[in-house]
Amino acid sequence: MSFMKAVLGTVSAIALSATAALADPAIIYDLGGKFDKSFNEAAFNGAERWAKETGGTYRDIELSSEAQREQALRRFAEGGFNPIVVTGFAFASALETVAADYPDTKFAIIDMVVGNDNVRSVVFTEHEGSYLVGVAAAKASKSGTVGFIGGMDIPLIRKFACGYVQGVKATNAGATVIQNMTGTTPSAWNDPVKGAELTKAQIGQGADVVYAAAGGTGVGVLQTAADEGVLSIGVDSNQNYLHPGSVLTSMIKRVDVAVFNAFSAGADLETGFHVLGTANGGIDYALDENNAAIFTDEIKAAVDAAKAGIIDGSIQVHDYMSDNSCPVM
Amino acid sequence: MDIADAFLQLVLTMDMTIRLSTVLILACLAGLFSERAGIFDIGLEGKMLFAAFVSAVVAFESGNAWVGVLAGIGASVCFSLIHGLASITYRGNQLISGVAINFLASGMTIVIGHAIYSKGGQTPTLSGAARFHEITLPFAEALRDVPVLGPIWSDMLSGHKPIVYIAFLVVPLTWWILYRTRFGLRLRAVGENPASVDTAGVSVIRYRYAAVLICGVLCGIAGAYLSTSQAAGFGREMTAGRGFIALAALIFSKWRPLYALMACLLFGLLEAISNLYPNIDVFGLVQIPVQFTQALPYILTVVILAGFVGKAVPPKAGGEAYVKER
Repeated sequence: MSFMKAVLGTVSAIALSATAALADPAIIYDLGGKFDKSFNEAAFNGAERWAKETGGTYRDIELSSEAQREQALRRFAEGGFNPIVVTGFAFASALETVAADYPDTKFAIIDMVVGNDNVRSVVFTEHEGSYLVGVAAAKASKSGTVGFIGGMDIPLIRKFACGYVQGVKATNAGATVIQNMTGTTPSAWNDPVKGAELTKAQIGQGADVVYAAAGGTGVGVLQTAADEGVLSIGVDSNQNYLHPGSVLTSMIKRVDVAVFNAFSAGADLETGFHVLGTANGGIDYALDENNAAIFTDEIKAAVDAAKAGIIDGSIQVHDYMSDNSCPVM
Repeated sequence: MDIADAFLQLVLTMDMTIRLSTVLILACLAGLFSERAGIFDIGLEGKMLFAAFVSAVVAFESGNAWVGVLAGIGASVCFSLIHGLASITYRGNQLISGVAINFLASGMTIVIGHAIYSKGGQTPTLSGAARFHEITLPFAEALRDVPVLGPIWSDMLSGHKPIVYIAFLVVPLTWWILYRTRFGLRLRAVGENPASVDTAGVSVIRYRYAAVLICGVLCGIAGAYLSTSQAAGFGREMTAGRGFIALAALIFSKWRPLYALMACLLFGLLEAISNLYPNIDVFGLVQIPVQFTQALPYILTVVILAGFVGKAVPPKAGGEAYVKER
């Protein structure tokens, strides 16, 4: 009986909190999973930071299949959450439909542009950040061969690859870049075993710096690079801590800032097109105590020079997504 | 590309093929034992997944990879016994029981994993003795510079994780057990004509349970290989359909151990090719897209099953529960 009471009590508490939750923000993570140590985890950290600083509460959900996208969005919109943040390009079509049905709810999407009036589209200039780590890779490589491992083969990831190759070639015109994509389905974001195999293949072909832009798959890439004694480059979050002394640097994409800003704005979220880039701190490379020993002053000088060049416009990094082609590949 | 370079590429490809086939070989032989005794098992995937999870957790907590493997085997055997109980003792539908095991493993690993480590079903990264390291075969360093044989021995055959060698040893062992022992003969008979075995005074139930248990042990090793050798920790759904590929290989090989080895190596080779050469140029004329090479194992399965290699006849009593008296 007391058990029943507890259950009923909990149920009613949930029911109460559901009504009290009006105008709480919510976030939906993509298939890579909340704890991918990369893209989605950065979003999670931004949401957590908001919760800590404001004392507010938010709801989140991790998708486990493609079919849940629209369903999850609708549930949150129906539940009165505002704003609702979705992470990842793959939400675009689901969001377009749902946003039109809930004109009073504000949405934010990261990594994609959706045209609805009540949607904020946050995009990053990943090609610039990838250019920076490309410069670092070319400087750190002894063999003159570096690798790139992407997640799912989509224009966004080709944008990473293209920026990276430009950075490498600008530093060492004779360098070779080996490129692999993990797959063509969303499961490519979460396949560390395949990531490890691709890394081994690239190392076998002579690569001694490998850049992973593959979400959860990257965990396997960094692990293998550490095992085999070569350098790796992390992505999205600062991943230097995963294998100190082996992760050369990380291309930081401040997804956490994007989520934090959206949550902070609340229901007054300013919609439209937002770009976070090198100039406004949305894109950067990571330097901390974990990679201080391998990220030499020479590398740092070269990367900082490239960063300054990108900010003042003297270095123009080609954006793959602007014309779906890459001049250096 | 000159000859030496091409040869090096070949060695690299075969090296990766061996690594990628290992899990398929173990899972395929697991299915072989079970199906040869008349118990269809589409729960290979689930058993591997659960074993991968348990061995990662135990290896992390104990700091010893071998203890992790044992725990993985134990976990997989538990699932095997559930399958056995449902399909042998209670004469349930073997396919449904297998599907249930797949669902159970997929959900349980995430729920338990998240409850322990709060990382969405991932286990912490294994390091040091908690995961397997490469074994260097004798003379690998000394022979490296010998032409042709040197790279084959040092780069292709040496430098794999212990379970890889175990898997390749299990193949002849399976052949010997099935075709050269009384146990093997009876096991095959149980899958072909259980009534005759029963007439001879041999317990069909006992042999079927034995087969299902062996299946569990092999799936356990396969799962442990994924999380403690290929990767360094468990990630959700990390088997990624390999259990089903193993089933396809089993049908392809017509339920024979040595053919099974070949089939698994072929699937491993196709995966290695798509990893190593995402875009294949055919004489600079046409570029084969990576999607095609990645789909090849599946295309191949369909082509093969459509009758390319002759008729694959499953064990006659497969999929049916044995009823002694009506």
